[in-house]
Amino acid sequence: MSAQLTQSSGHAIIERRGFQQLLDALRSQGYRVVGPTIRDGAIVYDELHAESDLPIGWTDQQEAGFYRLKKRDDRALFGYAVGPHSWKKFLLPPELRLWQARRGENGVEFVETRTEPVRLAFLGVRSCELHAIAIQDRVLMQGKYVDPSYAMRREGAFIVAINCAQAGSTCFCVSMNTGPKADRGFDLALTEVLDADRHYFVVEAGTESGQKVLQTVTHRVAAEDELACAEAIAAETAKHMGRQLDTAGIKDLFYRNYENRRWDDVAKRCLTCANCTMVCPTCFCTTVEDTTDLSGENAERWRKWDSCFTLDFSYIHGGSVRSSAKSRYRQWITHKLATWLDQFGTSGCVGCGRCITWCPVGIDITEEARAIRDSERS
Amino acid sequence: METLEGILSEHPFFSGLEERYLKLAVGCASNVRFDAGEFIFREGEEANHFYLIREGKVALEIFAPSRGSLTIQTLEDGEILGWSWLIPPYQWRFDARAVETTRAIALDGRCLRAKCEEDHDLGYELLKRFASILGHRLDATRFQLLDIYGVAI
Amino acid sequence: MQLDFSFWIFMALPFDLNIARSEPMLPRPFSVKQVVRDTHDTFTLKLQPKGESVAPAFAPGQFNMLYVFGAGEVPISISGDPSKPKTLVHTTRAVGMVTKAMSSLRRGDVIGVRGPFGSCWPLEESAGKDVVIVAGGIGLAPLRPAVYHLLSQREKYGKVALLYGTRSPNDILFKQELEQWRARFDFDVFVTVDRGIDGWRGSVGVVTTLIPRAPFDPAGAVALLCGPEVMMRFTVMELQKRGIAADRIYLSLERNMKCAVGFCGRCQFGPSFICKDGPVFRYDAIRDLFGKREI
Repeated sequence: MSAQLTQSSGHAIIERRGFQQLLDALRSQGYRVVGPTIRDGAIVYDELHAESDLPIGWTDQQEAGFYRLKKRDDRALFGYAVGPHSWKKFLLPPELRLWQARRGENGVEFVETRTEPVRLAFLGVRSCELHAIAIQDRVLMQGKYVDPSYAMRREGAFIVAINCAQAGSTCFCVSMNTGPKADRGFDLALTEVLDADRHYFVVEAGTESGQKVLQTVTHRVAAEDELACAEAIAAETAKHMGRQLDTAGIKDLFYRNYENRRWDDVAKRCLTCANCTMVCPTCFCTTVEDTTDLSGENAERWRKWDSCFTLDFSYIHGGSVRSSAKSRYRQWITHKLATWLDQFGTSGCVGCGRCITWCPVGIDITEEARAIRDSERS
Repeated sequence: METLEGILSEHPFFSGLEERYLKLAVGCASNVRFDAGEFIFREGEEANHFYLIREGKVALEIFAPSRGSLTIQTLEDGEILGWSWLIPPYQWRFDARAVETTRAIALDGRCLRAKCEEDHDLGYELLKRFASILGHRLDATRFQLLDIYGVAI
Repeated sequence: MQLDFSFWIFMALPFDLNIARSEPMLPRPFSVKQVVRDTHDTFTLKLQPKGESVAPAFAPGQFNMLYVFGAGEVPISISGDPSKPKTLVHTTRAVGMVTKAMSSLRRGDVIGVRGPFGSCWPLEESAGKDVVIVAGGIGLAPLRPAVYHLLSQREKYGKVALLYGTRSPNDILFKQELEQWRARFDFDVFVTVDRGIDGWRGSVGVVTTLIPRAPFDPAGAVALLCGPEVMMRFTVMELQKRGIAADRIYLSLERNMKCAVGFCGRCQFGPSFICKDGPVFRYDAIRDLFGKREI
């Protein structure tokens, strides 16, 4: 995926009216296209059959514990921030059968579940999400062991990034150095430009396969002013982050504050509902369930998303290690912002703001981190 | 043959004690030997000694009707047996029984108590040493109470 | 017999040149060769791989994931002799659903095995030094492979002592072996119980009371600890009081674990994963969090 664009400028223009061709091109190359679409009053990620499945002319309003869809006064295809879904639902499915076992005359036989190679094209991946995918790659593909199902899905994925043209009010990718402009990890990256009288996409190919797809779509070389326009959009978005998080010395800040009164404070609000971990694009924790059928002869192992907010998560014989809400919130935020750095050489937070928006009581990771930092000043 | 003075001066319990106090302790000390099964003292008796165990094993026991004798703790080579001589009402709380042949040095508590009253510097030195032993025993007892191997955490 | 220790070390390295693409969650079938009832609630399984395959080599301190058909899978430390890798030996207590199901296995039954996983006791690094092993309860099981190794290469080490504490005389694990070890002149074995019973002529008192009189030179000795966390906390304190430095104390930790390969996230202990950074840790590496509540 490291091949560079052969064209000199590296950037192309696809007109709005030619956008459907991009979907068609991906589908004709054998990809199932998934991307943003409206369902149950939110913008989620699901299969797209046509460009009309996109949330055209819609945007979202987000605040801590608040999410609403709203009509835009234009017909933008990607005029919103991230919703409750992330691409991890495709790469690390919420439920996955790992193997089956059968008890027969020769004892027990274990059979790995080999799913057909899935080739997904992700359409509309935000920069923060590219970083989130790269983080999960480290966890699941770049250690001593490789999760074969993740690797298969990951390697088969085609990524069309979209540079954010507006920041959500819970976004803080600038603080986390993960956006808003996609700088790596995509096959194609788009910037949607809506002028008074024009609607087009500035396209950058990041890989050879991206270039190949681009070649099958009507496009032309981008002009200087069009490129400048795209750059200006990203720069403008960067200025309007709804949240900020000071990451200076953040690892040691949390390592110094395993004991802090703020944990009691947040525990009074936290419902330990696990929403933040479900919507988080980097949270990777899972459980396994071993089951048998009624005959008792066939067994299966399923892997399911799990959360450090459940009591069961830390259960060892005798009881749960993290029985209090405060210890579970502390584990989550300390993992995201501090221990992740030691574990994987990167922060576990990409500043997408989902955990803030989807927390039923509006607990804000940036506010909690600030409170911990401020507590050292007094 | 080792002298009492030699043995006491080398024992960690007496380390750092002034020469004159050590001499005084030697004056209150005598060699004793208990056969396996022999009681060294019994619960409720007046406590007038403590012992430096030189070799052997002593069980601190309590007898409960229908449960027999329960061993609370065993003390072995190098350890100090008995502190009730130092604190009123100077009465043993447990039975002490030699589990195996045990050689020890007995120190006369009554004699030491009187000397401590006369010379508080000596009293302080001895109390410091026993406070440390009591602290240790208390720690161990608390740890024991946790019954950590029952439901392991 | 000379053991090829370099191979074990290779096995325990945190990376592998040949990254396997097979499912790391897939168990291998082993058959139960023997079930030994060690105490009223503790048992030892002796396992052999089904078919042609051989049991993988392991280093003392490592663990396997054992799967009981339909019931589930749990991490269990290896308690066997590393120089006899043909048979895989595991000792555990029947405390949870899976281990209870495991305790009812019989000779010939099949069990799933994944592993070995995790870090190991620093036996190579301890050559030439005194080694003091402090075990509490079932914690003797993961230390037994270390004892086997130390005794098989006895001349390579200084003084070797085992201090073992458990609940009562009825809970003493590997009783016969302890007697055999105690009979050796080159191995000091001390056993104590928290609660004596009638007829018990051994020591009564917590395992830490053994530390002041155990024969080792604190200036260079290495300590290996395994037992309940509270026991290890008291033990670390007592060892340090005696003069063993924090960087010569090693202990084995336990946490909930579903995958053992760093994916499930459950066994985190601060920045460490028990499954891949542990279970054996050098004390100074975890000191800041050890003893903190609900880590």
